[in-house]
Amino acid sequence: MAYNFKQEMNKPERLAGGHRLCAGCGAGIAVRGVLRALKPEDKAVICSATGCLEVSTCLYPYTAWNDSFIHSAFENSAATVSGSEAAYIALKKKGKVNGTYKFIAFGGDGGTYDIGFQSLSGAMERGHDMVYVCYDNGAYMNTGIQRSSGTPKYAETTTSAVGKCSPGKKQIRKDLTEVIASHHIPYVAQTTFIGNFKDLHEKAEKALYTPGAAFLNILAPCPRGWRYNAEDMMTITKLAVETCYWPLYEVIDGEYKLSYRPKVKQPIENFLKPQGRFKHLFKKGNEELIAEIQADVDKRWEELLKLCGEEV
Amino acid sequence: MAIRERLSGNEAVSIAIRQVNPDVMAAFPITPSTEIPQFISQYVANGTIDTEFVAVESEHSAMSACMGSQAAGARTVTATSSCGLALMWEMLYVVASARLPLTLCCINRALTGPININNDHSDSMGARDAGWIQIYAENAQEAYDNYIQCVRIGEHKDVQLPVMACQDGFITSHAVENILLLEDAEVKAFVGEYEPEKYLLNEKEAVSMGPYDIANYYMEHKYQQKVALDNAKQVIYDVAAEFEKMSGRKYGMIEEYMMEDAEYAMVIIGSSAGTAKDAVDKMRAEGKKVGLVKVRVYRPFPEEEMVKALSGMKGVVVMDKAEGYSALGGPLGADVKAALFGRTNAVVLNIVYGLGGRDVRVESIEEAYGRLFAAVEAGSVPFGYDYLGLRK
Repeated sequence: MAYNFKQEMNKPERLAGGHRLCAGCGAGIAVRGVLRALKPEDKAVICSATGCLEVSTCLYPYTAWNDSFIHSAFENSAATVSGSEAAYIALKKKGKVNGTYKFIAFGGDGGTYDIGFQSLSGAMERGHDMVYVCYDNGAYMNTGIQRSSGTPKYAETTTSAVGKCSPGKKQIRKDLTEVIASHHIPYVAQTTFIGNFKDLHEKAEKALYTPGAAFLNILAPCPRGWRYNAEDMMTITKLAVETCYWPLYEVIDGEYKLSYRPKVKQPIENFLKPQGRFKHLFKKGNEELIAEIQADVDKRWEELLKLCGEEV
Repeated sequence: MAIRERLSGNEAVSIAIRQVNPDVMAAFPITPSTEIPQFISQYVANGTIDTEFVAVESEHSAMSACMGSQAAGARTVTATSSCGLALMWEMLYVVASARLPLTLCCINRALTGPININNDHSDSMGARDAGWIQIYAENAQEAYDNYIQCVRIGEHKDVQLPVMACQDGFITSHAVENILLLEDAEVKAFVGEYEPEKYLLNEKEAVSMGPYDIANYYMEHKYQQKVALDNAKQVIYDVAAEFEKMSGRKYGMIEEYMMEDAEYAMVIIGSSAGTAKDAVDKMRAEGKKVGLVKVRVYRPFPEEEMVKALSGMKGVVVMDKAEGYSALGGPLGADVKAALFGRTNAVVLNIVYGLGGRDVRVESIEEAYGRLFAAVEAGSVPFGYDYLGLRK
C-alpha cells in the first residue's frame, strides 16, 4: 500500500506522549517513526539500551510504552531482545503464544557503535528475527555529550574538548551501517527524518517484515549536544542528507540501493555551520579542517555511489 | 524407579536439564562448564528436547539473553564458570532485581588473576551479594538433585529469584561417580510448568520491565528482594521435603556430620566436605570429638541453622576456598563469625585453602582441625587468618 502521511500520523501512538525526552529530541521521533510501521494487529517486544530513551520513557511507576518493554543494561539491548525472540519461538512451538510478535531493540550510538557493539554483532550474526534500531545522535548525550565512535571528526564534545591544543574530536566517524552490512543480514538501511517521513517509514516496514535480522541506522539529532535550536531539526536532517554527510540507502540481501541522490550536492559547511559543536571550525585559520571534512564526505559518498551502481 | 548410572557432575546436570526440558538456554563455553552447553546442543540436534539453544558471543550476552527470555515468559537456563561469571556480573544484579527465576549452573573455577582453570570458589563467592540464591553440591548426585530443586525454588511465587546451582569444577564436574537418576516423567511432574505472573509475551497484557527506579522507590524494591530471599528458606525446605518423598534423599540448608556430641566443628562448602567426612571418621576413631557442618545453601545464609549447629562448640574452624582480600578472612569465615557473634563463646578460626586447585587431602583437613585444637588450647585466636597447604 502506498505511503499515506495523514493516515500514518493518525495511527494511535505506541509510544505515549508525556515521556520526559527533551523538546525536539530525535530519539522519540525515531521510535515513533519505527513503531508506526508495525501493523496495528501485531504486537511487539521492545528493548531499549540504557540511555536518554530508557530513562525518559520508563520511570517507575510510569511507562510510555504501550507494547511490552524491557530495559536490562547499556551494552546489551540486542542480546536481551534476542533472548525474548528465542523465548517466542519456544513458547509458540508449545502453543503458549499465538499472536504475531515483532522484536525491536533501540540504542543510541553509545549503546550501538561502542559499548553494545559486540552484543549487536552477535545478535545480527545469529540471525534472530529482530530489528535493531540505532538512534544516532553522534555522542553519549545521556551522560552529558561525550564523544562516541559515531561522533564526526572535529566535533566538540565534553570528552573531545576544543582548546588551543585541540580542534575537537581527532578521529573520523566509524561507519556502522557498513559494518553491519558486512554481516550479510537480509536488511540494512540508513535513514533520517526527511520530508513526510516516507523514507523512515518504508525502511522500518521492510526491516520489521523481512524475516531475519535487520538493522536501521537513523540519524536522530540532539539539539542539546549539537547546539542548534530545537525547532530547526528538519532543516538539520535535510542538510545532513543534501551534503551527503548522511546518505539514505538500503542494503537488501547484499544489494546496495541508494534511496535519494541530491540534485546538487551541498558543501559540508552548510551542515556544520548551524551547529554550535562545529563553531570553532569557522574561526579564521581553520579552513583546512573543513576542507578535510569535505574530502572525507566526498570519498565516502563516491564509495557508496559505486556500491550502489550509481554514476560517480 | 531410580536409574543407576555412572556420571560426571556435568553429565548429571545436563541430564537434569534435559529432564526439566527448559524453553531456552543461552550460553557461552568456558572450562570447566563447557560440556553442559555441548550436551544441550546435542540434545537439541537429536530432537531429545524442545529447548531453543542460543549460542551467544559472550557470557554477558548469555545472561542478557537469558534475562530477555525469562522476562518473555520462558523457563531459561545457562551455565558458566570463573571469568564467565565475572563477565555476567552486571547482569546478575539486574536479573535478580527484575525477579526473574532463571537458573545458572555454576561450575566453580578460580577467577583469573593469574589465569587458572582449576577449582576454588572465588567466582561464585564474588557473586554472593548479587541477590541470587546459591546452592552448592558436594558431589555429582547432589549437583543433579540440587539443579532439579533449584528450578522449583526460584520459580516459587514467594521467591521469584534467580538460582545458582554450584558444583566444584573438575573435582565434581569431571570425575565420574555412581549416581541415581530419577525417571524423566518424575522430574517433569516435579518441576511442572513455568507460570509467571507478568511476562513480555502475555497477549492479554503488555508489561514494562527494568524501569529507571528513582530514590522514592529503589529502596523499597531492594527490600522486596531481601524479603524474597528470606522467603526462599522455607521454600527450600518445602521443596526438599517434596524431593525427599520422590527420591528418598534428604536436603536442608546445611548438612551436619557427626555433630551430635562434637566439641570441635569445621564449616566447609562443596566437594571438600566429602574429604572432610573421611577425616572426621579417622579422627573420631582416634577419640577426637570432631564434627562437620557442610553449607548447602549459602544464600540465603543459614544463620539460625548455623548458630544451632555450632552452639556449645569449644572451637570452630571455617574453611574458605576463596580469598576475600578483606585482610580479615574469607567470605564464609566472615559470615559464620557474624552469625555466631554474641551467641557462642567458641574460638573461631578461619582458614583459606584449596585455591586454584591446590589439593585437599584427608591430612589437610586433619591439619586444619589440629590448628583449631591448638587455638582452643591457647584460649585465643590470633589476628588475621591462616592459609592451609601453602608452600613457603
